[in-house]
Amino acid sequence: MGQFSGSGLGSYRGQRMVFRGLDFAVGGGDLLHLVGPNGSGKSTLLRVMAGLLPVIEGQISWDGAPVAQDRDGHRARLIYLGHADAIKGALSVFENLAFWCTMAGGGDAAAGLARFNLAPLADLPARFLSAGQRRRLNLARLAAIPAALWLLDEPAASLDTASEQVLEDEITRHRAAGGLVVMASHGRDPSDGTVLELDQYAANMADFGDAVL
Amino acid sequence: MHRFANPTRFLKLISALQPWAMGVSVLCLAAGLYFALIVSPADYQQSETVRIMYVHVPASWMAMFCYSAMAGASAVGLIWRHLTAFVVARATAPIGAAFTFLALATGSLWGKPMWGTWWVWDARLTSVLILLFLYLGYMALEGAFDDRSRGARAAAILAIVGAVNVPIIKFSVDWWNTLHQPASVVKIDGPAIHSSMLTPLLLMAMGYTAFYFWVMFVRVRAEFNDARIQALRLRQTEA
Amino acid sequence: MSPLFALIARDIRLAVRQGADSMMVIVFFVLVVVLFPLGIGPEPAILARVAAGVIWVAALLAAMLSMDRLYQSDHEDGSLELLVLSPLPLELQFLAKAAAHWLTTGLPLIIAAPLLGVFLNMRAEGFGVLLAALALGTPSLSLIGGVGAALSLGARRSGVLLSLLVLPLFIPVLIFGVSAVDASLTGLGAKAQLLILGGLLLGAAALTPWAGAAALRQAAE
Repeated sequence: MGQFSGSGLGSYRGQRMVFRGLDFAVGGGDLLHLVGPNGSGKSTLLRVMAGLLPVIEGQISWDGAPVAQDRDGHRARLIYLGHADAIKGALSVFENLAFWCTMAGGGDAAAGLARFNLAPLADLPARFLSAGQRRRLNLARLAAIPAALWLLDEPAASLDTASEQVLEDEITRHRAAGGLVVMASHGRDPSDGTVLELDQYAANMADFGDAVL
Repeated sequence: MHRFANPTRFLKLISALQPWAMGVSVLCLAAGLYFALIVSPADYQQSETVRIMYVHVPASWMAMFCYSAMAGASAVGLIWRHLTAFVVARATAPIGAAFTFLALATGSLWGKPMWGTWWVWDARLTSVLILLFLYLGYMALEGAFDDRSRGARAAAILAIVGAVNVPIIKFSVDWWNTLHQPASVVKIDGPAIHSSMLTPLLLMAMGYTAFYFWVMFVRVRAEFNDARIQALRLRQTEA
Repeated sequence: MSPLFALIARDIRLAVRQGADSMMVIVFFVLVVVLFPLGIGPEPAILARVAAGVIWVAALLAAMLSMDRLYQSDHEDGSLELLVLSPLPLELQFLAKAAAHWLTTGLPLIIAAPLLGVFLNMRAEGFGVLLAALALGTPSLSLIGGVGAALSLGARRSGVLLSLLVLPLFIPVLIFGVSAVDASLTGLGAKAQLLILGGLLLGAAALTPWAGAAALRQAAE
């Protein structure tokens, strides 16, 4: 389906240089695990891949073409799942998901809710949800909106075992259809994909030398 | 210009230029003040109070010049991500604010004997007052973030948005009926002012400009030294 | 529904469901205007002279109150980064949010204005122009305020900072807005001022989305 790769990547978060000289490659059907201690830049790398953080050094490409030349297309082909759940308490569960589907240009909110067992709660105002339910509502975007590239930052946080299994099934289903997944996850067995160890690319501000103040 | 995105190279350049800026500034201000206060003629209507002009007018020019420099440096920093440009913009802001305040204060002191009032809400004075608020807003925004680079970039956007005020100030005396006198020096037909008054005016303007560069260089070097000290301290704790 | 309208609709829906916010802005508006006769004395001639200015300044301050809310909750709950990643251009999203802000804050202020004109003994001939001028000026406020709100996201003391940034930029609109009403009351006709207000609105609509979108991207980093 696609090839997502980066070479010589360097970026910083706030005023801390996080990584430098990083290479990665993910193909259709692949899963890339981001592994490393806290602060090694897993979240930063995911945000750089999404385009939220600028690429300070190096380049990111999709199917060989630099992402910087087609930012709109890149945003349209990915779903990013961060730490926060992006849920408005005053809207119902269904309204929350339907909004993100519309913003993404199309999607099936009802199917997404059903996949993550939220259908019975569809009309409940979202402020009544538990932490695990909020997480599932955020994850429901994966099932509702079609996108080739999934960038997941600790997707299983606050989930119970049953919901974790649903997430695993979704990831498997996505990969089987040729989708790409990049995931930072604590405590997940990384045996079924490639692993990227981030602390080997660690850098601090002094290494970055001239350009950054 | 891109050569000087490298902080070390930029610092070398301004360290070399700094003594010259100081020298030109002192000489021009001394000569300018001599011509302004002693040699130039007193006005037939205002007598000696016209001499405030030699402090007031160049200060107003500098107020606009510094803002333009700040907005220009901000644009360079945003477009090319040259962090040295943000340092220059940050260093310029308080100097520009001081010149603006000087212009407003000396203008007020001049206005009392000349127009009979300390202040009037005409287009020129109001837009210069807005300029002062823009400077203060820039400094407030820049310092309001824990992450310094975020503050620099947000303030850069503000500087560019406010730049629309500078042409308004310049042309306000032409577009509106103002109490403030119309342009006499920077006009399409050339200056409408006699050389005995133009010379001290230009000398003072040059002195103020050199002064700006001198102080800006000092501030930029101080900021880089600060950053170096911080980096050294951080490295000590990690070692 | 197109993404643009979905964004406006969501913001309006949120404002309506969290209804207290709009009401508080209106009450503040009325309260500030009421303070003036109490402060400067109830003499009708003086109040009539300052009526237009007081209403404009009060509207400005009331709108400022609701402005920092504009992006705050999106920034805090992680919606902002998803909006930045949406296919809809961020500049259009900025316009959409400003439109929603105007509909939930500016429009109620305009509706409340005639009542306040009565409090301040404003002559009836000025009401029409006052409403027209506010109708042209309050959208500019939503746009300029939106830039300020985006710039001060995540800053310390963002509420006060926002006012410090936006009020100087809004002074031209204020000047022409008041001048329009005064001109119509003295019989000179407010056409020139209203045209300038319209021009300022168009200028703001063209220029603020760039600055606002750039600021939002910085905040989402």
